Amino acid sequence: MSGASIRVRVQAEPFDLGAEANAFAAGIAQAGAVVTFTGLVRDNGGQLQAMEIEHYPGMTERAITAMVAEAKARFALEDALVIHRFGRLAAQEPIMMVATAARHRGDAFAAAEFLMDYLKSRAPFWKKEISASGADWVAAREADEAALERWQG
Amino acid sequence: MRVTVLYFAWLRERIGAPREEVDTSAATVADLVAELAAGSEGHALAFADLTSLRVALDQELADFAAPLAGVREVAFFPPMTGG
Repeated sequence: MSGASIRVRVQAEPFDLGAEANAFAAGIAQAGAVVTFTGLVRDNGGQLQAMEIEHYPGMTERAITAMVAEAKARFALEDALVIHRFGRLAAQEPIMMVATAARHRGDAFAAAEFLMDYLKSRAPFWKKEISASGADWVAAREADEAALERWQG
Repeated sequence: MRVTVLYFAWLRERIGAPREEVDTSAATVADLVAELAAGSEGHALAFADLTSLRVALDQELADFAAPLAGVREVAFFPPMTGG
């Protein structure tokens, strides 16, 4: 794989964080910094039986690809990778990961945060928590919306 | 004009279908919402509070005042919870 590409994967299958991070870092010639972030299914108080993630096929890939392109326009990135799962997941399973590569760490950290803030509120995913007491759609948090403001204007 | 209307998450559950084909002369998203809400009790309930809904036109986020001319796919859903 060459550098300066956009890699976006939306999948039901699990992914191997270590293998993905190693393959990502190995594919970049010019980078001095690689940042990865991984989101796991959080089990609040041990009650969670499963998390179901719904998405909007087509728009999801399109929205994330646009976010990565925007991150590349804002930060000096060599490469970026986004993997996001959908379907039924168990507690502690990885939901998604972001990896960014840059010549210096500042751009890699900032781009990873930028991508995470946008993925939270602008990628068409919806989470539902299944527990013994029933199923509840996860509500969007105001803090997530507020996090976008620092990148705007 | 014929458009495909998609619903996601609790909106899909409340309406009881993931999609429907709609013949409409609505000029804007808001006009389309008014037509849909008049169609059934489930629709009326689902569209009762637009501040809790988002809309995408041909897979791009839009607002409720946006014109529908030329649009083929309209999706309604709650605020997104990715990441």
